[in-house]
Amino acid sequence: MFEQILVQTVNGLVNGMVLALVASGLTLIFGIMDVVNFAHGDLVMLGGFTGAVTVAHTGNFWLGLLVASLALAVFGALLQITTLRPLIGRDPLTTIIATFGISLVLQKYALWQFGPTAQNIPQPIPGRFELFYLQYPWYRLGAAVMAGAIIGALYLFLKYGKYGIWIRATTQDRVMASAMGIPVPLVHTGVFAIGSAMAAASGVLFAPLAAVTQTMGFDFTLRAFIVVVVGGMGNLGGSILAALFISLLEAYASLVVSPSQAVIVSFVALILTLLFRPTGLFVPTPK
Amino acid sequence: MASPTNRRFWIVFLAVAAALALVPLGLPEFWRKFLTEILIWGLLAMSSDILIGYTGMVSFGHSAFFGLGLYGAAAALLVLRSPNLWAAMFVGLATAAVIAIFVAYFSTRLRDIYFAITTLVFSQIFYVVIFTWTDLTGGENGLYFSQPPFTIPGLWSVRFSTVSLHWFILAVVAISYLLLRRITQSPFGMVLQSIRENEPRTRAIGYHVERYKIVAVMLSGLFAGLAGVLYAIQHRFAAPDFVFFTVSGEVVIFNVMGGMGTLVGPLVGAAFFLLLREGLSRFWTEYYLIPLGIAFTAMVIFMPQGLLGFWKRRLNQ
Amino acid sequence: MLTLTDVHTHYAKSHILHGISLEVQPGEVVGLLGRNGVGKSTTLKSIMGLVRPSQGRITFEGRDITGMASHKVAHLGIAYVPEDRRIFKLLTVMENLRTGLDRGGLTEGRRKELLDKVYESFPVLGERKRQLGGTLSGGEQQMLAIARAMMLEPKIILLDEPTEGLMPRMVSQIRDIIARLHRDGVAILLVEQDVGLTLGASSRCYIMEKGLMRHHGPSADLKADPAVIHQYMGV
Repeated sequence: MFEQILVQTVNGLVNGMVLALVASGLTLIFGIMDVVNFAHGDLVMLGGFTGAVTVAHTGNFWLGLLVASLALAVFGALLQITTLRPLIGRDPLTTIIATFGISLVLQKYALWQFGPTAQNIPQPIPGRFELFYLQYPWYRLGAAVMAGAIIGALYLFLKYGKYGIWIRATTQDRVMASAMGIPVPLVHTGVFAIGSAMAAASGVLFAPLAAVTQTMGFDFTLRAFIVVVVGGMGNLGGSILAALFISLLEAYASLVVSPSQAVIVSFVALILTLLFRPTGLFVPTPK
Repeated sequence: MASPTNRRFWIVFLAVAAALALVPLGLPEFWRKFLTEILIWGLLAMSSDILIGYTGMVSFGHSAFFGLGLYGAAAALLVLRSPNLWAAMFVGLATAAVIAIFVAYFSTRLRDIYFAITTLVFSQIFYVVIFTWTDLTGGENGLYFSQPPFTIPGLWSVRFSTVSLHWFILAVVAISYLLLRRITQSPFGMVLQSIRENEPRTRAIGYHVERYKIVAVMLSGLFAGLAGVLYAIQHRFAAPDFVFFTVSGEVVIFNVMGGMGTLVGPLVGAAFFLLLREGLSRFWTEYYLIPLGIAFTAMVIFMPQGLLGFWKRRLNQ
Repeated sequence: MLTLTDVHTHYAKSHILHGISLEVQPGEVVGLLGRNGVGKSTTLKSIMGLVRPSQGRITFEGRDITGMASHKVAHLGIAYVPEDRRIFKLLTVMENLRTGLDRGGLTEGRRKELLDKVYESFPVLGERKRQLGGTLSGGEQQMLAIARAMMLEPKIILLDEPTEGLMPRMVSQIRDIIARLHRDGVAILLVEQDVGLTLGASSRCYIMEKGLMRHHGPSADLKADPAVIHQYMGV
């Protein structure tokens, strides 16, 4: 029993890292432009497909990761310029409905472009090791490490460097940032591109663990939303902690109920957070 | 009061109702049922308009009210030895009402996006429960049950035909529309719209905003549940798919495309969308959603008042 | 250099500016006086592109900048120090300065020069380089706001009530800063409630009332004859 708990702890942390990668893009986007991107999970899905196709053609996982991230970064930028810029200043509900429309288009586009069958990426790090009673795939740990590395790179980029300052200034005070000469519209597009690239990367990292399907986007979007709210909207560190927290809860829950029922745990976590600590569980209580 | 606008409304209303009643007589069976179904989705869309269009509260969880009305009616029709129409309606509405109470509670504590996300999560909870509690709900396979006859208790019972069922549903939807219209034009409805325009100011004037929101949610949930009951009666089949988010999403599409805050708009939006889907899917099967989705998104950006939006003022008189 | 001609601006549904005209020559310190709520801040915001005038023209060095996006206005050489300071609270002092310093076209040497100059004028900022902006006192935040604007090497600074809520010692520091900027050839459009400070620092003054320009003249004259001031400011 104790071993089962430990195994689920590892599972929870691994899933949590991939989820954190998805959620940090979403919270970054929300923090800077008040956009709740309903299509975020579909960006994950498109990244997964793009990666799968690249890997199928070149046999190289890392190339797949790179191509998917770049392609979705460009795509995300185009998307933001055409559909989200006109919506600046409108209430967040309008953007959630608009991004919902985009989500529909992306899902069916994926169906058209990539066909109805699920796609797979073979694990780039083969082999398993012994984790108690299981043969645990090395790749799972690898995926978590890579997700962590990408998030770490994001953190460094934000903390140091000119563009990091631009992004943080624009997030805090868009108007004043603009008055200081920071090209705010470009920063918005850039952040959306970064968020899309991160989503794409998670799609590629996730693919070897389970298949990529057109409809997987919604699930990712929903869980990312939950993580972002529980972690505090716009709070990067909070969303990482929340992602780990929720994934761990779900992993432990799946010891008791079936995995498809275990998701209820995250739903309940969201509702409790909104009722009692609406600014986020991992945010210090506002004074 | 038979003012000219009022009279004009009644003329148009009765004309449309008559048309909707007579048209099926000349249509092939498939289209008859399709028209009935449009009415049901139209009712669902109208119920959602109360929240989205009039009170300014976007809900992504209407599938919960609809689905639970559906399952509630299904339960009544399965459990009773001889299926009873009114029992089905009662149980379906009661189930939807219970859910509505929960959602109403949240509506008072959360605003905007948080409310929208919570309703989404809420309906997903029900989806998961229904999907996995296979003993009770049949899970993925759904529930099959029989269609109740139309009864005047103790007096008369007659089975529905496609056309007479259509008339029954048309009557229910028409009465619902009239009721909802009455409500939105009443002082209560005015307060709801004031909440949508400027909630803090409405509160400052002295209105107990929470109470109004609760009633709005209850109304919306009840009529959505009613739509679910009607669907159960027409299709005799319940499945978890109807509680899944897709239904909620489509409802939002109906509302936005048809024109929020007009009641009739969402109904037209539903008809428009469903007809388009039926038509396009003959050529493009699944891909119809690509142009439709693009059109929808473009409408949100450039034409947020929807198809009938520019008639909003007139329709609300 | 900077000219406003018959500018009307609306904010939400209110008509705030009813046709404002003013001008600032290169290197001048010009004061803008008036009671609370007459539209002084809105005038500055209109120049800076934070609100869009509904009518009228604003030109800078011959170029029409009416309604231009703020970041482009900043690049042309206009810097803005808002009335609530609005420093970036979650950025360090250094990072705040860098929002202005990190422009294209500055050599490493020039950057160091600018920083040194600012730390010389505001030694306190030098001490608190790595502190978060939000932890500074009101006076220190004001200095940071001005220093940050100086990082842009602007041709004109729009100063909105820099001495509001400051202790007298700080007020005299502000006075010194304004004088220093003037010596360096930077023009200043100074909005202030502190009439004495404004008259002392500026060569000309405008007086606004209810969105209109009521008076305009050399500060010396206004100092000599305070009746006009009393009339519009009730001071």
